[in-house]
Amino acid sequence: MLDQPLIKIVLLVAVVVVTAMLNRSTADSRHQAVRRLLLVGFVLLAAAAVLFPRLLTQVAQFLGVGRGADLLLYGLTVVFLGYVASSYRRMRHMEQQVTTLARELALRAAVHDTTEHPRASPPPPADG
Amino acid sequence: MTLAARLDDAWLVVPLFNEATVIEGVVRRARHTFPHVVCVDDASTDDSAARAEAAGAVVVRHPFNLGQGAALQTGMRYVLEATDAAYLVTFDADGQHRVEDAASMVERARAEDLAVVFGSRFLDDRTRPGLLKKLVLKAAVFVTNQQTGMRLTDAHNGLRVLRRDAASALDLRQNRMAHATEIVLQLGRTGLPWAEHPVHVLYTDYSKAKGQSLINSVNILVDTLLK
Repeated sequence: MLDQPLIKIVLLVAVVVVTAMLNRSTADSRHQAVRRLLLVGFVLLAAAAVLFPRLLTQVAQFLGVGRGADLLLYGLTVVFLGYVASSYRRMRHMEQQVTTLARELALRAAVHDTTEHPRASPPPPADG
Repeated sequence: MTLAARLDDAWLVVPLFNEATVIEGVVRRARHTFPHVVCVDDASTDDSAARAEAAGAVVVRHPFNLGQGAALQTGMRYVLEATDAAYLVTFDADGQHRVEDAASMVERARAEDLAVVFGSRFLDDRTRPGLLKKLVLKAAVFVTNQQTGMRLTDAHNGLRVLRRDAASALDLRQNRMAHATEIVLQLGRTGLPWAEHPVHVLYTDYSKAKGQSLINSVNILVDTLLK
């Protein structure tokens, strides 16, 4: 329970942050900017980890995790949770838009049907 | 209040999804008291919409299935935009609500100048849900009261009377079943006067077979907690 406290705190905080994301709007441009910065950071870290494999192990040992590979796995788990959270948000948002669209269509058709419309008369026969 | 009195200024709003076997009877019976009925066909795969139309309801058709909450919102929008109804009554399509209850709720809203009247099956002991169903319904009531700060005895009862101003304050974003809590939440925030009215829910074999499965309450709970 109390061994490796540092990594446990880091991971738990990450899980809490992800949960908070679920209950907050991520649609505005500030959030988008933050997401993109995180992505850039992720790319840089990935490159660093490839170029200097020792680095990952050193960070892992600093955090109290044995191997770099373990740290990588933990990190991926948290990132995946975050991905699930943000795609849930985006799905909800899209669902709202689709619902609004479908509702407007349904209402237009219904109002159109209930107001009396004379059936369009067939085009008059061409003269001559 | 007798059955013969017709409520011309109230519209029934009925979300409709695959109820072809009963909807015609439900609408016909209701129209003795409520001549105006709008059914929102949530892309039924049977001929529910045609049956409802045959019984004299206005039918609004969703192009594809959106869920009961979305259907309710569409129905309310229709009544608000296309009619000058003073009251809206949300009513289930499967025949589990009694028209008499709906009528007396409208009369009560009128008499006591209430904006909202919620039907409750737990104000008296006429309705007898099974033990497990009762537990789940009571849990739903608890969650709803926690989230909304209101004190209701029944949360997921589809029979409600809304005055026009209350209905226009609603903007349901929960497309599926979690809308029941959302309605209470949004109505509570308006600060409009409300009351609960005892109603009798008829658990016919048909409505039991069609009703919410207990496992679906997990979905409702998650939808309610994650907005």
